[in-house]
Amino acid sequence: MITILQNGRLIDPVSGVDEKGDLWIEDGFIIPGRETIPEHSQVFDLQGKWIVPGLIDMHVHLREPGEEYKETVESGTRAAAAGGFTAVACMPNTIPVNDCASVTQLILEAAKSKGSAKVYPVGAISKGSQGTGLAEYGELKEAGAVAVTDDGLPVLDSQLMRRAMEYAGSHDLLVMSHSEEIALSRNGTMNEGVVSTRLGLRGIPVAAEAIMVYREIALAELTGQRTHIAHVSTAAATDLIAQSKARGVQITAETTPHYFTLTEEAVGDYNTNAKMNPPLRTEEDRQAIRKGLQDGTFDAIATDHAPHSVIEKELEFDQAANGIIGLETSLPLALGLVRDGVIDAMRMVELMSSAPARILKVEGGTLAAGTVADVTVIDPDKEFVFTKESILSKGKNSPFIDWKLQGKAVLTIMDGRITHNELS
Amino acid sequence: MKKTYRFQHKHILGIEQLSVTDIFHILDTAISFKEISSRPIKKVPTLKGKTIINFFFEPSTRTRLSFEIAAKRMSADTFNIAASTSSAQKGETLIDTACNLEAMNPDIIIIRHGSSGAPGLLTRYVNAAIINAGDGTHEHPSQALLDLMTVREHKGTIEGLKVAIVGDIAHSRVAHSNILGFTKLGAEVNVAGPATFMPPHLDSLGAQVCDTVVEAVTDADVVMALRIQKERQDDPLIPSLREYAQFYGINHSLLSKYARPDALIMHPGPINRGVEMNPDVADGKGSVILEQVTNGVAVRMALLYLVMGQEGGRAEA
Repeated sequence: MITILQNGRLIDPVSGVDEKGDLWIEDGFIIPGRETIPEHSQVFDLQGKWIVPGLIDMHVHLREPGEEYKETVESGTRAAAAGGFTAVACMPNTIPVNDCASVTQLILEAAKSKGSAKVYPVGAISKGSQGTGLAEYGELKEAGAVAVTDDGLPVLDSQLMRRAMEYAGSHDLLVMSHSEEIALSRNGTMNEGVVSTRLGLRGIPVAAEAIMVYREIALAELTGQRTHIAHVSTAAATDLIAQSKARGVQITAETTPHYFTLTEEAVGDYNTNAKMNPPLRTEEDRQAIRKGLQDGTFDAIATDHAPHSVIEKELEFDQAANGIIGLETSLPLALGLVRDGVIDAMRMVELMSSAPARILKVEGGTLAAGTVADVTVIDPDKEFVFTKESILSKGKNSPFIDWKLQGKAVLTIMDGRITHNELS
Repeated sequence: MKKTYRFQHKHILGIEQLSVTDIFHILDTAISFKEISSRPIKKVPTLKGKTIINFFFEPSTRTRLSFEIAAKRMSADTFNIAASTSSAQKGETLIDTACNLEAMNPDIIIIRHGSSGAPGLLTRYVNAAIINAGDGTHEHPSQALLDLMTVREHKGTIEGLKVAIVGDIAHSRVAHSNILGFTKLGAEVNVAGPATFMPPHLDSLGAQVCDTVVEAVTDADVVMALRIQKERQDDPLIPSLREYAQFYGINHSLLSKYARPDALIMHPGPINRGVEMNPDVADGKGSVILEQVTNGVAVRMALLYLVMGQEGGRAEA
């Protein structure tokens, strides 16, 4: 059967196309349009809507295997599809850690049988993410891993990180760095600043991120390997990344909707749904992040979707787990950047689809005929209140609950199959 | 027509929530209760039939005893739970434990907890009035109130006074509450200690950070020293207590040279004699350290009374 998306605004960063038109899909692929519409075609009239390459979130936690009460591949990809994502890259801090082919295969099998989005497993940098000894990258890669990281647990040993970059390069795997100098951040629960002093909470200084980001830049320069900096939260790290890019270091970087939307003030009265690592920073940092999205310092917007149950979150602030969910709010918040004139629609699609595909070396990220039909249709005007009841992720830990948001994915198509549809 | 003032707080979580009028009202109430403690029969029936739970997750001698004496002098029934005897040891969450206490219908829960914000968390789950008896490195409001009461008794006013606080400000809920309390009432608060003891942006709380102890105590009307914790294993804050005493300890010659001659000497206790304060200062002229303890009972009687809304119906949160 042929699916035809008619009269939408086609936005494709790869070809640079931004024009009104139709998109034809057949047998899971984008095909050139034809003169006449065949019988039994499925036709959507998308007046006023955007047709973009399927969004890709390169940083999520799906919690399977091991913490299925928080999220599963099934529930996480359902949330992803509802948020407009056709693919996600999932972090290895599962139980057991995804440091071997068998765990990678388990995740991929779950995605194949129950997934509503493509899942790209990210393997561990070190065995068990213990920070000593390399995981088996060759086997991980063969099993389907696209990158390696010890996300959540920074690699403290600089020699291990150097070897990880070199060895990952030999297997054409991306190294993703959770950049945090633990000696400075240990026992910290929020940004070190005015609010931490007011609340009497142990702070995490900006330097904890900046020091490690600089180390990764220095090591990427030393090894000549491509390296990706995850979830950047500070102006200081943004500056370092911009400088390194200017001198040609193979660095890519992502930031998240919470860092370009919120500040440390969101912690307010010990709100554990505003607790994550790295922490929300200051307004100055938030502005630097927005500027970095505009000027190309950041390559991607990722969510760091980190579902937790009330068991981990309804606690004393210092006892509560780090992390918030993000798959169902990422696109509306990014559309806010477009409305605010920080970035244009093309750049947003680049940050949320084309660039993640290029960095991870996976399919998608374009609307070119002959490529896989991973497509997201966005209604940029649709207003809705993000209620707790509407959340599809098993985790309800979001600081954006009850926010009035504008702009939403109304149709998500993966491999030509509709995974989310709220068109009437 | 002048609007009648009414104390509106159901919970006492910190000085931050209190207005200047609230603070004076608490202090005035405390003064009216202070006399009860010097009677031969130290008991009034004000809180007869009320159930008060002392819920302490950290060791405490004087604060817990002070609250208990305050409650008993008001004829309330008091119960003490220490963390070691509570379900915390069995892995029960703070909220579950609190909900179980709530099911026994206490009127007031007085809580001390190692996590900043823990008393506020409880207010979302229980109907009892919550009084913060010290939470993490956040606030210790009853301590600041008893300090304000003590200074006010001696100086007549707080406004315009110069208050020096010396010690580990970053890890002290007493300092935090006192900075808020003294500055709200119009005093100038100068703090001193090594930079490792200073939280970031302390000026945002209203205190001025001095480079030296001399600068902080110069012309001070009040000098308060904080207890120095033993060195922390994970965070090297000071090289030794010996060196701290040498450079930041409050001694007689420092005070006689720089502070006002009638300066009050305060300490929230317990004192490390010879570390943050020399015995000649702790026991000397101007020391009001034991009066602080006496006033602690009066202030806590006032807090228990006020959160029970005795002045015409139960106060709302």
